[in-house]
Amino acid sequence: MRAFAFEGGFVPPSTADFNLPPAFGNSEFTTKPILLVFLSVVLISVFFVASSRKALVVPTKLQFAGELIYGFVRNDLGKEIIGAEFMRFVPLLFSLFTFILTNNIFGIIPLLQFPAMSHVSFPYVLAAFPFIAFHWVGIKKQGLGHYLKGIAFMPGVPKAVYVLLTPIEIATFFLVRPLTLSLRLFANMFAGHLLLLVFIMGGDHLIKGVIGLKLVAPFSFTLGIVMTFFEFMVQCLQAYIFTLLSALYIAGALADEH
Amino acid sequence: MKTRFAAEAAANPLIPHTAELIVGFIAFTLLFLVLRRAVVPMFEKAFAARTEAIQGGIEKAERAQAEAAVALQSYTAQLADARGEATKIREEARVQGSAIIEDLRARAQEEAARITAQAHASIEAERQAAITSLRQEVGSLATELASKIVGEALEDQARQSRVVDRFLDDLASESGKAK
Repeated sequence: MRAFAFEGGFVPPSTADFNLPPAFGNSEFTTKPILLVFLSVVLISVFFVASSRKALVVPTKLQFAGELIYGFVRNDLGKEIIGAEFMRFVPLLFSLFTFILTNNIFGIIPLLQFPAMSHVSFPYVLAAFPFIAFHWVGIKKQGLGHYLKGIAFMPGVPKAVYVLLTPIEIATFFLVRPLTLSLRLFANMFAGHLLLLVFIMGGDHLIKGVIGLKLVAPFSFTLGIVMTFFEFMVQCLQAYIFTLLSALYIAGALADEH
Repeated sequence: MKTRFAAEAAANPLIPHTAELIVGFIAFTLLFLVLRRAVVPMFEKAFAARTEAIQGGIEKAERAQAEAAVALQSYTAQLADARGEATKIREEARVQGSAIIEDLRARAQEEAARITAQAHASIEAERQAAITSLRQEVGSLATELASKIVGEALEDQARQSRVVDRFLDDLASESGKAK
């Protein structure tokens, strides 16, 4: 299609590169990101079930590795931020963190090499879980009326300010929070993958070019590798931020006044 | 280069795919259930067991320490008792020792006094005996002298004086022996 238009010239990577054909068959359910998501669920489940199965006082290396990740989410993201009632939310935070982290890292693992979170559907779904969770605990803790009133009419504010503040607050709680949560993750993974495509595909194209272009190609590949390391950092960071913000929203809903 | 597929769907990357929404929901729910059911409780169990083990260990150590402190106290007390006992025994021994020495000294003095008295008595008795024998000897000597004087009286003057001289010599030698 567009490739014909350039006729041998360089085709820059575009959003179209994210829509891969089905890996096998001709179903919408056998595309690469969907298979990767299922693969991640299997890998995470197997790893953590294997590492936690024995629950030893003196852990094996495998159990220690599992505990390291679990302990990080449980203590640094759960206990530190949510406080006394944190234990109820640990499974959700733990699932979010491991699921996002694994799928992000798939983006730089050879052969897999595709971050499922660059398909906006997955971040949308993931953001829905903490979104429902924090509204749910808020309503349960404070009662529906009191909770909504607390959001719409923040206490300790002059009445006139509500004209401005109420729409902002409502938008924040019901639109901005889930949207920013999912779009931040999506955009980071999307942009990161696109960046890698630019350098790798660019290098690939340069090396097929004339002699002068061939000499430039290694720089493009080198930058591609450097960006891969950078991507790894961004992937971990995004998993952390997503979980951290989810914990913060839940903590906010649990607090009586905010 | 990758095959371009579903170019029409590339129009807006912010529009979600229904299939992916469904898969995402199912996959994440599945993971959530597995982690909540099988993983989180096991890790919590391990953490709790570890906490308990550490706390148990600390309690045991504290108990052992308390026991050691009690034992130390009792040993110290026993040691102090023993020291007191030793001092008392030493004091008693000193008292007893000085009493024994005093007793022995008194007895020795008594003995010495007795021996002295005995010596005095025997000396006195010997003196008496000497006096008695001397007196007898002097008497017999006088008698002998008198008889000699009487026996020789008729002889000449010269013999008489010789006899007297001899007697005196005898006496002198006798008394010289006695001295």
